[in-house]
Amino acid sequence: MAAAAAGSTVERPGRGRARPGGGAAGTAPSGSPRRRRTNGAAYTLLSPWLLGTVGVLAIPLLYSLYLSFTSYDLLSNPHWVGFRNYRRLFSDDPRYAHSMWVTLQYVITSAPLKLLMALAVALLLARPRRGQGAYRALFYLPSLLGTSVAIAIVWQGTFEQNGPFNGFLKLFGVHGQAWVSDPSYVRWVIVALAMWQFGAPMVIFLAGLKQIPQELYEAAEMDGAGWWRRFFSITLPMLSPVILFNLVVEMIGAFQAFTPAQLVGDGQGGPVDSTLFYTLYLYQRAFQMQQMGYAAAMAWVMIAGLGLITALLFWSSRYWVHYGD
Amino acid sequence: MRPKSLRAALPHAVILLLLVVLLYPVAWMLGSSFKPTSEIISSLSFLPRHFTPGNYRQGWAGTAGTGFSVYFLNSTLIAVGAVIGNVVSCSITAYAMARLDFRGRGLVTAIAIGTLLLPKEVLLIPQYLIFHKLGWVDTDLPLVVPKFLAVDAFFVFLNLQFMRGLPRELDEAAALDGCGPFRTFWHILLPLTKPALATTAIFTFIWTWNDYFSQLIYLNSPARYTLPVGLRMFLDATSGSDLGPMFAMATVTLAPLFVLFVFFQRHLVQGIATTGFKG
Repeated sequence: MAAAAAGSTVERPGRGRARPGGGAAGTAPSGSPRRRRTNGAAYTLLSPWLLGTVGVLAIPLLYSLYLSFTSYDLLSNPHWVGFRNYRRLFSDDPRYAHSMWVTLQYVITSAPLKLLMALAVALLLARPRRGQGAYRALFYLPSLLGTSVAIAIVWQGTFEQNGPFNGFLKLFGVHGQAWVSDPSYVRWVIVALAMWQFGAPMVIFLAGLKQIPQELYEAAEMDGAGWWRRFFSITLPMLSPVILFNLVVEMIGAFQAFTPAQLVGDGQGGPVDSTLFYTLYLYQRAFQMQQMGYAAAMAWVMIAGLGLITALLFWSSRYWVHYGD
Repeated sequence: MRPKSLRAALPHAVILLLLVVLLYPVAWMLGSSFKPTSEIISSLSFLPRHFTPGNYRQGWAGTAGTGFSVYFLNSTLIAVGAVIGNVVSCSITAYAMARLDFRGRGLVTAIAIGTLLLPKEVLLIPQYLIFHKLGWVDTDLPLVVPKFLAVDAFFVFLNLQFMRGLPRELDEAAALDGCGPFRTFWHILLPLTKPALATTAIFTFIWTWNDYFSQLIYLNSPARYTLPVGLRMFLDATSGSDLGPMFAMATVTLAPLFVLFVFFQRHLVQGIATTGFKG
């Protein structure tokens, strides 16, 4: 620590020239205390983080990459199989392809619908009126509860044959069915559960709406622009960076959904694999079939997929996100 | 009513109607927890006709000899452990990165922020295998110990941003008065970061309380089960036939979240608005 490398003399913005680290204690002999180095204290405070980052993040990351090229059942040592896991995923596992499809359908329906809901309610709450704080909090409540197993169970009950959803439909003379045991509808029950938790993106939209200068609306109103015109020409473009942010967060979150698939569905991906979400299938391969290598390969493909989707969204944002001038 | 006041009342009516629909499943759960099972599946109303508080007694007793008191205690221990771990480890990490000048600071901070983007799925299996080797599977350790190692990058980032916003002059004045880095942290900066610490604590609690995936993986024996896993086992054991007790235990599971909501709703909403993370 005593020998300071040339790198430490690099200018730091706003902090003056960092002096080459002096003695072991790092205290500057004189002058302004802001320049003194505190290597010892800093690394003492950082030691838990260093241990965690190496032991719980970095080593597992590399280990997982290695495992994805092996076959490992926990009983004998992992043995190297090259790209076999990846080849099997893409050419020899129809359930995997199906789980990918189920997940993609879920991601591209649930995230936009949830954001639509969030934006609609945010617009409804944007104008200051009495009770605004309480309304906002109550609309946020489902987000707080929604990831709980308890809600997943309640949700399943709500859409049962005799559940309140069908009771509600009956008021309009519609005879509902058992939505959760029907393979073509259960997915929508899970999408509805995701939509129900629109509170977090709603709060972010509300913060974004507050940033839009009021003069823009006043000017547009003077020019005779109606509500829709103002919405499409002012609100949406001004809000587009926030929309992008929410879209990225929600799509990544939807990809990782596990609890609703495991609890609203039958827990094994059924009925007829209609709820075989990616993470659920990964869980089955890893912890029910003990195929750790295969599951690790699944995880890496998932990361690649998440990266690809994020990259696509950011690429597309050039065409629809407006960053002010 | 005059047309003007009608116009003003309309948004309130729309909002209230939406809230009723939205919160109906929660109300239905609450009401059903006091109904006999036969009434749950035959009535839309959430008010119980035959008030049945016995659901709570029956549910609390659990299944196969393990009661919900065990699950509740386990959940509480893990959540409290996680909260302490995150608050302590994330605040000292953030302090070092935000306020101390040391070699490698840029790199260390970049790595800390980079791990924000690391999805947990890719770490799941190797972490499990490592904890398995350590003999930690079926204990609370895999769920609590990592929190003491500042691996929740989100909270490191949250505290880092907050600390960066505090005036530099504080550190300088403390240093002139002869405070070392540890005392500066403890006496000067830590008290000022209380809002960030509160957000860290509340969200760590909620996320740990609701976390199902990792608890399902790491906890294997009923005596170790937490509420989410215990609730799932209750559902399986009764194959959904004991709806009344099950809704009662679902309510018990959500009760601490309701309490947090009532006391900290402003904080929760503000936490999301300022950091942009999901609830």
